[in-house]
Amino acid sequence: MTVPRNWRLQQQRYRLVGEVCERCGARIFPPRDLCPECEAPAKTPFAFSGRGEVYSYSTIYHPPRGFEEFAPYTVALVKLEEGPMLTAQLTDVDADQVQIGMPVEMVTRRVQSCGEEGAIIYGYKFRPSGFHQSQT
Amino acid sequence: MRDVAIIGVGQIEVGEHWDTSLRHLALGPVQAAQADAGVAQADALYVGNMLSGELAGQEHLGALVADFAGLRGIEAIKIEAACGSGAAALRVGYIAVAGGLADVVIVAGVEKMTDMLGHDTTAALALAADGDYEAFLGLSFVAVNALLMRRYMHEHGYSHQDFAPFAVNAHKNAVNNPYAMFRFPVKAERFATAKMICDPINLLDSSPICDGAAAVVLAPADMARSLNTAPIRIAASAVGTDSLAVHDRRDPMVLDGAIISTRRAYEQAGVGPKDIDLFELHDAFSVMAALSLEGAGFAEKGQGLRLALDGEIGIDGRVPVTTMGGLKARGHPVGATGIYQIVEVVQQLRGLAGKNQVKDARLGMAQNIGGSGATVVTHILERME
Repeated sequence: MTVPRNWRLQQQRYRLVGEVCERCGARIFPPRDLCPECEAPAKTPFAFSGRGEVYSYSTIYHPPRGFEEFAPYTVALVKLEEGPMLTAQLTDVDADQVQIGMPVEMVTRRVQSCGEEGAIIYGYKFRPSGFHQSQT
Repeated sequence: MRDVAIIGVGQIEVGEHWDTSLRHLALGPVQAAQADAGVAQADALYVGNMLSGELAGQEHLGALVADFAGLRGIEAIKIEAACGSGAAALRVGYIAVAGGLADVVIVAGVEKMTDMLGHDTTAALALAADGDYEAFLGLSFVAVNALLMRRYMHEHGYSHQDFAPFAVNAHKNAVNNPYAMFRFPVKAERFATAKMICDPINLLDSSPICDGAAAVVLAPADMARSLNTAPIRIAASAVGTDSLAVHDRRDPMVLDGAIISTRRAYEQAGVGPKDIDLFELHDAFSVMAALSLEGAGFAEKGQGLRLALDGEIGIDGRVPVTTMGGLKARGHPVGATGIYQIVEVVQQLRGLAGKNQVKDARLGMAQNIGGSGATVVTHILERME
């Protein structure tokens, strides 16, 4: 994972910045500069709340190269409250506690580390909503 | 546009070919297909392959396969569309012959997957998914399908065990296919205890990592009629696409790419699902088999699995699928799979499928899917009278 490739996606990885369509109002993530609903140009940035719910989930026991240190880990399709869906790892939750429909919120976590010399790459993960309150 | 026929087919056994390099895998199938066709010369070679760069450290496969298949000098190009590469290469060969730019075209699918260790192969297969928004986050390709399977079970009220008939049927049919990787039956009871890969997908939901190569020879249908072999007409050749990422789909539980691709194919052939005598579908994972049956119009949304549970997918069923073992049991050498499917449909339409022969098969459909549904290539083949 090269530095420029991560650098240009930092708004998406750290702040969930997508776009909003000025014509039909659709919220778009990831950004594509073209509304998938009405095909109008859509370049106005829109930061998502990071709140959503689990649409589906799975636990990975055989990770791809680069993710061995996290295994087993749980991934999910998350339906954001503004509409779009995204894919993310879940964190701060046991695999057997995850359910479809479970409310989740975005947090920033380490996603990959490229060896001793390489960059540590951060990005979004999702945890159960209200996690912080329940811990304090 | 000219009618196009398949005049020759060839394949090697799918499996772990430790003693054969990528460049040598295609030689046998290409020669077998040429011998079957009875045609020594060809105008072009199109090679379907997904992962040669990642897994064999070798790109530029068109010229390489041509050279080592005794075809040096021929027009040769690699075609890539993830796990749909094989059928995508056939689509390109079809365009060349139908458009009158070439007469005899060889299309080969080849994949060498067993040289790398598991984590590397897993990472390579994830290239079929969205790099920045699926694979970056640690998703394996199995995980993408596991997300679909979990949701399918949730939305339609199925248990995991309900998916067993796809694997049972595929393995049963592979027993009689000498080119299949797993030529043994499995019992539905074993489904419940199979090793978990990526919850809820277990080993019996999954197609294997393997090596393989298969080839077909195409020619104008008019020319094919003068040959000895029974020619098979390509009645339809169509591609549909969708988003790479599952999360970008209109409805993740519907394969829009399959709906588009099959609708185009049915229109070209002037037929509908009820006219299809057998359907070689893309059962990379059991949930894909269910979604494919729905996308191709054999079942309503959520009812694809019902067809399997009702015993309709066997050789004598209403919609015979994976008649020679499918991806599950014949094996899924990803970029070669689409050509294996075509070879098997040709065997059925020629009446040469042995114990697995679908009675009076006249129209067969093959559907090869790239990724989790982003590229869907559909071909309908017809026995020429």
